[in-house]
Amino acid sequence: MDWLFAIAVIAIAAALTRVIYYTPFEAIQGPAQKIFYLHLPAALAAFFAFGVVALASIAYLWLGDPRLDRAAESSAEVGVVFTTVVLITGPLWARPVWGTWWTWDARLTLTLFLWFIYVGYLVLRGAIDDPSLRARYSAVLGILGSLLIPFIHLSVYLFRTLHPRPIVIKPSAPSLPPEMLTTLLISFVAFMLFYLALVRQRYRLASERDLLALEEAR
Amino acid sequence: MAPSTLSAALLIARKDLAIEFRTRTAFFSALVFALLGIVIFYFAWDPTAVAPIDLAPGVLWGIFTFSGLLGLQRSFGIEQADRAIDALLGAPIPREAIYLGKAMANLVFVAAVQVIAIPAVELFYGVPLFEHAAPLALLALLSAIGLVAVGTLFSAMAVNTKLAEMLLPVLSLPFFVPIVIPAAQATARLLAGRPESEIVGWLKLLVAFDIVFVAACMLAFPFTIEE
Repeated sequence: MDWLFAIAVIAIAAALTRVIYYTPFEAIQGPAQKIFYLHLPAALAAFFAFGVVALASIAYLWLGDPRLDRAAESSAEVGVVFTTVVLITGPLWARPVWGTWWTWDARLTLTLFLWFIYVGYLVLRGAIDDPSLRARYSAVLGILGSLLIPFIHLSVYLFRTLHPRPIVIKPSAPSLPPEMLTTLLISFVAFMLFYLALVRQRYRLASERDLLALEEAR
Repeated sequence: MAPSTLSAALLIARKDLAIEFRTRTAFFSALVFALLGIVIFYFAWDPTAVAPIDLAPGVLWGIFTFSGLLGLQRSFGIEQADRAIDALLGAPIPREAIYLGKAMANLVFVAAVQVIAIPAVELFYGVPLFEHAAPLALLALLSAIGLVAVGTLFSAMAVNTKLAEMLLPVLSLPFFVPIVIPAAQATARLLAGRPESEIVGWLKLLVAFDIVFVAACMLAFPFTIEE
């Protein structure tokens, strides 16, 4: 087993143990709030992943190094997984706390569209066989997708403020007590390790695949 | 001496529009699609529960995006026959001219569908769109530019993939969100008789989108060509 992957799994297990047994309940939300320690780190890891996709895409179009394309591919796939985690843990948390699975809050809508953009990115990758064409097209979409994010954010934000919702109150981030903050930071580090481990594994798979394609072409 | 980018682009746009004018297949299918959509949406809601004036803006811009996709699909699809794209690429013109020409032809196409579809919404929904003709025309133009800028690039990419035209909506629709929301919201403001100053923010968002994506897509286009 890969050493980084093993460390990441241990870190996640440790973080979860701390979340469940050694972190106090939030006064109003009770145990439901503990999903926060999964939700926020997953979201941050996903944003980081898509940032890597954008940078690797720009660098690929500039330098044309296939390693950059593999990095973008791996990061996008792991980013979609983390966004899926965010979109699953979010409604699970929202149901008991807000009383609804889903609300068209600006941040929720943006996350949903992030998911759509990068699932589209993966669909595009799956639809092209030629490696260099796939790399160029994915890089173009990776860059355009990152340009789109601020526009979607702005339009859904304006949409919401023009039509304020009467009841749904999003709890503004409370200043966390030290135990909770420590748990959050541990969880965040664990998720970042997990992200790196997954991307590393996925990158290796992509390298092997490209090597195999090269062998077969010979 | 190679012709300048703009004159080459105009030439390509004229070629595409001549093909479309002689066959008219895409235009009529997009138009019939738009009209059908407008009619179906009217019947899908209970008019006593949802007033047509609340429904019209969403229908207008939702249908605009989908019928636009029909035209965009053909944009590079027609170059696939007999590998006509090779002749375009072999021509001594800058690559940007091909993108610009295709985009201009698509803009005319989308605008032509709008010119009929928007009055149809006024007719079928009984909403006073014509009272706001000037701001509405500006909205229509800005939305069409953004839609065509992104759609033309993705059309060029989609034809070279295994999924072909099936990929275009998956790639394009997330990019149309910042077009549909401002256009529909601004139209709703106009129809509600709000002062025109209230739609300035939405118009600015559309202008920003157009500037960013026309520039980005033009820069990206040379990378999407299969050598």
